[in-house]
Amino acid sequence: MARHTLSVLVEDVPGVLTRVASLFARRAFNINSLAVGPTEIVGMSRITVVVEAEGDLLEQVTKQLNKLINVLKIVELTTEQSVQRDHVLIKVRADAATRLQVTQAADLFRASVVDVAIDSLIIEATGTPEKLSALLSVLEPFGIREIVQSGTLAIGRGAKSMSGSSQALRSA
Amino acid sequence: MSKGSPISPALLAARPAPPAAPARETAPAAPASPVRGPNNVVAPTPMLGSAAIVRSLEELGVDDVFGLPGGAILPTYDPLMASSRLRHILVRHEQGAGHAAQGYAMVTGRPGVCIATSGPGATNLVTAIADAHMDSVPMVAITGQVSSAFIGSDAFQEADIVGITMPITKHSYLVTDAQDIPRVLAEAFHIATTGRPGPVLVDVAKDAQQSTMTFSWPPKVDIPGYRPVVRGHAKQVREAARLIGASQRPVFYVGGGVVKGHASAELKELAELVGAPVVTTLMARGVFPDSHRQHVGMPGMHGSVSAVTALQQADLLITLGARFDDRVTGVLSSFAPNAKVIHADIDPAEISKNRAADVPIVGSVKEIIPELTAAVTDAFSAQDRPDISTWWRTIDHLRETYPVGFTQPDDGLSAPQQVIKRIGELTGPEGVFVSGVGQHQMWAAQFIRYERPHAWLNSGGLGTMGYSVPAAMGAKVGNPDRVVWAIDGDGCFQMTNQELATCVINNIPIKVAVINNSSLGMVRQWQTLFYEGRYSNTDLNTGHDTVRVPDFVKLADAYGCVGLRCERDEDIDATIEQALAINDRPVVIDFVVSRDSMVWPMVPSGVSNDLIQIARNMTPTWEQED
Repeated sequence: MARHTLSVLVEDVPGVLTRVASLFARRAFNINSLAVGPTEIVGMSRITVVVEAEGDLLEQVTKQLNKLINVLKIVELTTEQSVQRDHVLIKVRADAATRLQVTQAADLFRASVVDVAIDSLIIEATGTPEKLSALLSVLEPFGIREIVQSGTLAIGRGAKSMSGSSQALRSA
Repeated sequence: MSKGSPISPALLAARPAPPAAPARETAPAAPASPVRGPNNVVAPTPMLGSAAIVRSLEELGVDDVFGLPGGAILPTYDPLMASSRLRHILVRHEQGAGHAAQGYAMVTGRPGVCIATSGPGATNLVTAIADAHMDSVPMVAITGQVSSAFIGSDAFQEADIVGITMPITKHSYLVTDAQDIPRVLAEAFHIATTGRPGPVLVDVAKDAQQSTMTFSWPPKVDIPGYRPVVRGHAKQVREAARLIGASQRPVFYVGGGVVKGHASAELKELAELVGAPVVTTLMARGVFPDSHRQHVGMPGMHGSVSAVTALQQADLLITLGARFDDRVTGVLSSFAPNAKVIHADIDPAEISKNRAADVPIVGSVKEIIPELTAAVTDAFSAQDRPDISTWWRTIDHLRETYPVGFTQPDDGLSAPQQVIKRIGELTGPEGVFVSGVGQHQMWAAQFIRYERPHAWLNSGGLGTMGYSVPAAMGAKVGNPDRVVWAIDGDGCFQMTNQELATCVINNIPIKVAVINNSSLGMVRQWQTLFYEGRYSNTDLNTGHDTVRVPDFVKLADAYGCVGLRCERDEDIDATIEQALAINDRPVVIDFVVSRDSMVWPMVPSGVSNDLIQIARNMTPTWEQED
């Protein structure tokens, strides 16, 4: 099954996330990741969903999503035509003996240290899922205590904006 | 699906990317205003939220509503009492209000409205909402909700009805601010009635009903995420016409969408132009006259041999407002294996959902069919029309050899099919026939001749036992001058017969024919055929030689209806005539019939439609096609 990234532009109203997520659940889709946040337009939110699905089933779910009144637009973003990033915070064991090695590893991945304690560090990193997993495997030997990761964020390359034409729709 | 580009309904019809111009410019059939009703202008007037609900319904042109009050909707029932425009019919169970709203909508084409309170009132509507969703019935359900401060606190009679109904509504609203009431109701009616119709739930918190707002009309309705495509794409329509012009074995596969789209007349014109056989699905019975020479029956699990075979052997399906339901297709992979598919539907999600369409046309059949008629006329004048006389000979042969019929039962009791057939014949095509779910439903679809749309109501998609009596009640309210029959089973009737009280008290004189075979007949039939006659829990003890619990005649009597019983063939006509002569009260007839009658033909579940049986273990003899 192939991995698909869908960007779903929605009206920012109560229940919209439930409506979108439950449609995937009804078709027994596993959502790999989900990220929701406001957009440049007031009252409009954007949901980025990463799912694994066959093309036909995905098309059916996409059509069903389009039927939701609060859904304004859906775009599938391919890795070639879009920038896709995950964000992760990693709490890693680091004492006086290992701290330097850990921070050097973070530097190599252009990650930054955002919290320091006597025996631990928090590292913040942004990147593709592949890069983040590489960073994690480098940090693993030091002892990872906690990870929190965002859903994938994705945006199409080039000047075109996803919400642009929807804004036109709204004012029409 | 194309990568990195918008996935929109428009794409399906191979349209160019949506232009900046909104869809409404390309949809001339859409009303000028999305707000239904006479579009009166009401200057800002202060009133309570509850009064705003009633006033909004009035401004939306609503005449009849079905409901039952309770704590959380109580504020709204006060101004409702004062309304001279709205007739509120007090039901005995909220499910009855829901099905009545459906029946009303099905015969009038206007949205049905039902009202219930929070918690159990709202959950009692769930079956009717799900039913309306499956059968695309325009309906607005208004429920009371506990005050907004209590929402989420497990308050008395609290249920998250918006959450519960999310998968079975077209859309839903929770209103906590009284000021939103007119806009939300106008949007709800717009969404319920346009595009593919369906149920919309409006849940109004009690404090929103009790607080003051400023009412003005019409409200501003702008739903940016809702722009149903109405007009079919011209290129696709031409492509469809080209296929029709080249087909040797075309069939019109006509579904309930043509009834909902009020496109019966348009269909007749196109069908007569093309000259192809027409099959009408369970949801479409009557949209093309049964008496028409081109009508070859109902397809599906209990369809006629001619209709099922026409689809199986076709080289082209002209699919209009149908959705390739599993009861029609049988095993999907062997359905109409050699046919190309033209699929016109207003819901893009139906296209290629079950069967891939060769020519998808998204839009309203009301718009598409005339365009297709014009395009086919062009195609026929540009080239020789294909000769479909061989195709007709095959179909005619099947139609003559395997008409839908029935055998007289061995036990001396009446054949249920005969009862239903005579109800249809003695009432005539101007009547309305509303069935429950099961054997009697299939017989009512098979043995009553339908000549007009909106004359046949049933629960097709969800298969809700108990639909008949309340839906017939709603249909009679919507069509008071028509004879309305509830053709019910003894099992179904016991689920919702409390609405007979509503009918009597409100002077809604429906006629109920209980086709009493003393059992859950369709389940029993499957037990006969597939479970070696082990009749597990299907005996209802209502019929011949049983304790008769309940006695339907006494039950009718207790409700103030006329109760009649018919146990012999020779009394069938006289009993029906007697019922037809009574118009001041509901009539309930207990037709005691054989329990061994079965619905034939039948395509057993899980096999190809080619294995249709005309009676137990009897398949038609297929002629070798040359």
